[in-house]
Amino acid sequence: MNNLILLVPLLPFIGFLVNGLFRKSLSKTMTGVIGSGVILAAFAISIYLFLQVRSGGAIPTSVYFDFINIDKLNVQFAFQVDQLSSLFLLIITGIGFLIHLYSTAYMHEEKPEHFARYFAYLNLFVFSMLLLVMGANFVIMFIGWEGVGLCSYLLIGFWFKNTNYNYAAKKAFVMNRIGDLGFLLAIFWIIAKLGTSNYADVFASVKSFTPAELTGITMLLFVGAMGKSAQIPLYTWLPDAMAGPTPVSALIHAATMVTAGIYMIARSNIMYTIAPFTSHFVAIIGLATAIFAATIALKQNDIKKVLAYSTVSQLGYMFLGLGVGAYTGAVFHVMTHAFFKALLFLGAGSVIHAMHHEQDIRNMGGLKKYMPITHITFLLGCLAIAGVPPFSGFFSKDEILVGAYNENPLYYYIGLAGALMTAFYMFRLYALTFLGKFRGTHEQQHHLHESPSAITFPLIVLAILSVFGGLLGIPALFAENAHSLEKWLDPIFAGSHEYTTAHHLEHSTEWMMMGVSTLLIVVIIVFAWRSFSRKERFEENKGFGKVLENKWYVDELYDNIIVKPLNGLAGFFKDVFEKNIVDGAVNGVGRLVQYSSRQVRLLQNGQVGSYILVMVLSLIVIVLLFREQTVIVSALRKIF
Amino acid sequence: MIPVLLILIPLISGLISFFIKDVKAAKGWALLSSLVTFAISVAGIWIYNQPANLHYDAAWLPALGSRFTIGLDGMGQILCLLNAVAMPIIFVSTYRNMYQNPGAFYALMLLTQAGMMGVFLAYDCLLFYFFWELALIPAYFLCSQWGGEKRIAVTFKFFIYTFVGSLLMLIGILYLYYKTPDESFALKAFYNVVLTGNEQSFMFWLFFIAFAIKMPIFPFHTWQPDTYEQAPTAATMVLSGVMVKMGIFAVLRWLVPVFPAATEQFSQLIIILSIIGMLYASLIAIRQDDIKRLIAYSSIAHIGLMSAAIFAQEKTGLQGVMIQMFNHGINVIGLWIVADAIESKLGTRKFSQLGGLAQKAPVLAILFVVMALANVALPLTNAFVGEFLMFNGLFRYNIWMSAVAGISIILAAVYSLNMIQKIFFGETNALTEQATEARSNVQWMLAILAVVIIVLGVYPQPMLRLTEDTVNTILAAVK
Amino acid sequence: MPIHYYIILAATLFCIGVIGVLTRRNAIIVFMCVELMLNAVNLMLVAFSKLHYGTYLKNGAMGASGIDGQMFVFFIMVVAAAEVSVGLAIIVMMYRNVHSVDINFLNRLKN
Repeated sequence: MNNLILLVPLLPFIGFLVNGLFRKSLSKTMTGVIGSGVILAAFAISIYLFLQVRSGGAIPTSVYFDFINIDKLNVQFAFQVDQLSSLFLLIITGIGFLIHLYSTAYMHEEKPEHFARYFAYLNLFVFSMLLLVMGANFVIMFIGWEGVGLCSYLLIGFWFKNTNYNYAAKKAFVMNRIGDLGFLLAIFWIIAKLGTSNYADVFASVKSFTPAELTGITMLLFVGAMGKSAQIPLYTWLPDAMAGPTPVSALIHAATMVTAGIYMIARSNIMYTIAPFTSHFVAIIGLATAIFAATIALKQNDIKKVLAYSTVSQLGYMFLGLGVGAYTGAVFHVMTHAFFKALLFLGAGSVIHAMHHEQDIRNMGGLKKYMPITHITFLLGCLAIAGVPPFSGFFSKDEILVGAYNENPLYYYIGLAGALMTAFYMFRLYALTFLGKFRGTHEQQHHLHESPSAITFPLIVLAILSVFGGLLGIPALFAENAHSLEKWLDPIFAGSHEYTTAHHLEHSTEWMMMGVSTLLIVVIIVFAWRSFSRKERFEENKGFGKVLENKWYVDELYDNIIVKPLNGLAGFFKDVFEKNIVDGAVNGVGRLVQYSSRQVRLLQNGQVGSYILVMVLSLIVIVLLFREQTVIVSALRKIF
Repeated sequence: MIPVLLILIPLISGLISFFIKDVKAAKGWALLSSLVTFAISVAGIWIYNQPANLHYDAAWLPALGSRFTIGLDGMGQILCLLNAVAMPIIFVSTYRNMYQNPGAFYALMLLTQAGMMGVFLAYDCLLFYFFWELALIPAYFLCSQWGGEKRIAVTFKFFIYTFVGSLLMLIGILYLYYKTPDESFALKAFYNVVLTGNEQSFMFWLFFIAFAIKMPIFPFHTWQPDTYEQAPTAATMVLSGVMVKMGIFAVLRWLVPVFPAATEQFSQLIIILSIIGMLYASLIAIRQDDIKRLIAYSSIAHIGLMSAAIFAQEKTGLQGVMIQMFNHGINVIGLWIVADAIESKLGTRKFSQLGGLAQKAPVLAILFVVMALANVALPLTNAFVGEFLMFNGLFRYNIWMSAVAGISIILAAVYSLNMIQKIFFGETNALTEQATEARSNVQWMLAILAVVIIVLGVYPQPMLRLTEDTVNTILAAVK
Repeated sequence: MPIHYYIILAATLFCIGVIGVLTRRNAIIVFMCVELMLNAVNLMLVAFSKLHYGTYLKNGAMGASGIDGQMFVFFIMVVAAAEVSVGLAIIVMMYRNVHSVDINFLNRLKN
């Protein structure tokens, strides 16, 4: 079993090595087969592991070797497959495989070596993500954590000739690093306290932490999650990450990377449950991000940017769920979000592919008749993300919002407003892209076509999942004991349940909430549909709309309050401080010596007479000193 | 016998090399000698559990009470290995570089190696001082004879700086010598010397300034970027890859255990100084336009962390320092190799004149990315293990200091990625349009380094075990 | 004659010599002043030698003990003679070259 578990991350790593080392000699077909094949194999093993967990419970931790072992610090290279990680394994490898398959068609225009490089990166990405979720301690998780950061850097900057893409890649990496620092400090704190970072040991001895320590650790962990899962204030890298190829966006946003933060908090749920301050903080940050990103998405015109901000917003919901203790709901939303967001990104990719890398939705429209499969699947994805019953998004979002209502009704109302905005911007996107008349150039129109089957097949699979995925978590309202995900994850969250008193809402309240929200969402959808399906002309945004279009000027704000001052400080150090003060002090000593030697040299004036004069005077002084030595010595004694 | 051979082989082959006139013969001779040294140092690690074979003791200057005592402990093993690994890699990767009077050049390189070996091996303070100077003098000549345009001025600065440090240290050594009961220079005698509080702190600074200049620690660092920039790259690799470790090594062997009370007293000050240096150097690195200067400042930042971790006096941190000395040497040599490959190919080191090399030299680009990521201390590269442990030690010392120091890992990402981006990414320009892939010797050496980086990043445990005894000894002396 | 008469005379001669060296610019006069100082020292040596010789004789010492001072005097006279020959030769050379024996003129070693 140990070897089988090891094979799951190892297979993508082998794919990475093969594609990376032999990228010049492999044909594109071979590259695609290897790249997707290893993920498919990993998926197959993941299913087997999942079934094992299902029949026999969590598999005991598999320890491979001592990574670092010093007496006060012991980190094992160990993997843990339990209910939570096996679920993530399925999502990562399953959706990962579909994205790989899709990429074989999407990236087909690249040269073979770049094609192979792309697949190598993609495999490495999956490898890192698998490390992240399979690790049996925080250090292994951190290794995967930084690994996905690296891969996102490589993939966002995949087209490395473009300087802007490189900046976006760098921004992603650096912003992630800020979060990583928090995570790292949290790990140190845990290790300093316990000498180990194994989940089992840490969660078992969680009571030995003082409340202050626990708050500190959980806050620092959450800083890590903010970076990786794009929460305020570290979210700005994610929209820029759209510079990468579209399947990469799907991979980052759906299957890997951004869900890492949710995984981490879900994994350490027990610590958050008994650190109420942090939990509130997580909920508030999540809610703020959900709303904030949704407002920005309302006014974006780039098809991928809309989806990017919608991802940030959906991640905010997941953190809201985690913050209010609806852990199952958060994980459930991770899963359904993985389905429909992968679907939407891949659908957007299909559109971009057909439009020859046009991404502005103002130049699209009427694609319905040219791309029927993409259109239908995209529509299903929009319905799912908008939360229309009975699509998957409805169930997961509802579960989070109910949890939020339990905590504080205000959270619920704000969350609902965000959900309405989601419905609005998604259907604005849908209507502008697929409905109405085509607004692009003739040449684009001429080339419009449905994408090949390697692209449409993943779309169809994901559409089916987006439609029916919600059935895994049917709330108790509809049927008792039908929430299979909750039962599945119960061993993971059991510890937290001990600390929380489950108080269920009245069924009537819940029915009311569900009815109202569904009604409002449908109204919004109809409104968006009607206003944008025949839109022909686009005015410049003014006033508040312009602020939204420019993303609340947050990038500019960061630039002005962080980047520029830091750059200025660095420049000051480099050009002024280092040159004049530090080095200046050193050179100053040198100059002082030279100056004084020049002054002293003046004594050597070449006049024999003056030398002799000095000699005679000195002699006289010495004689006097010698005569009066006792007096002088006693005087010196007095001074010192 | 092994420690004697480690010193003698480079020493003798270096002296012989002075008389070799032929270019190829000089290169071949130097490479051969360095490979033999490497083999011996590996053999030394192989028999790490036979201390009898790893120590040597003979009369040297009986009138002064100084003996020729040398030996290999865990820390010595690692640094001798680094010294022995570095030389063949440097010789092969700069094989194509042409030097005037090659026999003398390689002779000086080998003599430097011999001197550094002696520093890492010496158990007698006078011997240590002797080798310390022996390592520096050839380095001065390397810089002043084969360096860049401003070499004379820069070497002069380098010389004055290190010489001032050395003299201060000499005063300290002599003072301690007269304080030992039987007037001896032996390490053990120094460990047992009894000093008053004032004496300790005074002696501490005499030694510390010498070592701080060598490492270098802010604000004693300004010789370094200039020297690295002007020295011939092969010498720069030796200086930054191995020689700066002399400073750290010396702190661990001759400073902390000898003056435990003063270490305790000044550790906070030095840690703060180191952290300031880390952030300061990282910020300067962000704005550099020259590959060599950037690497130099990044090196200062990394060394700052090591010094902070030493003075935190935590076991994890010290373990981290041990392996990081080796890892940093490997990584920085890798970076220099790339810098040298670019400079010798395109004649410039300015970022503003480079760009788009990834299209022309993809293999070099990939290998450089590995080096740069190791410089960022990404997990599964060797530097991660070291920095993880060092930050851990610092964290145990003080949470806030480790948090502030941690900012440097963010800045490290900024400048390292800047470097990658400006050299390799973007469009090519008129100059880089003509670039070609790096030569195969450079590629192979970088590939070897990359493998070492990753292997040590995934499985660092053997190296940690090797140095554990040394760390315990140091901690025992301090406590 | 009491010893302090000699001492005062020698000291006076020496001071005249010193002042002459310090104040005069003519090389030959400087030279003569140097000789004066040497002879002042010689006078002292002879005087003290005589004094000590007398004391030795009183205590019943034999032979040449106590005359080391007079031997020094001979040495000094020989050295002074050698010096005069070399020094005068230099002054003559100097006069030939620069037509002057002013020592303030001789500051080429400056800088």
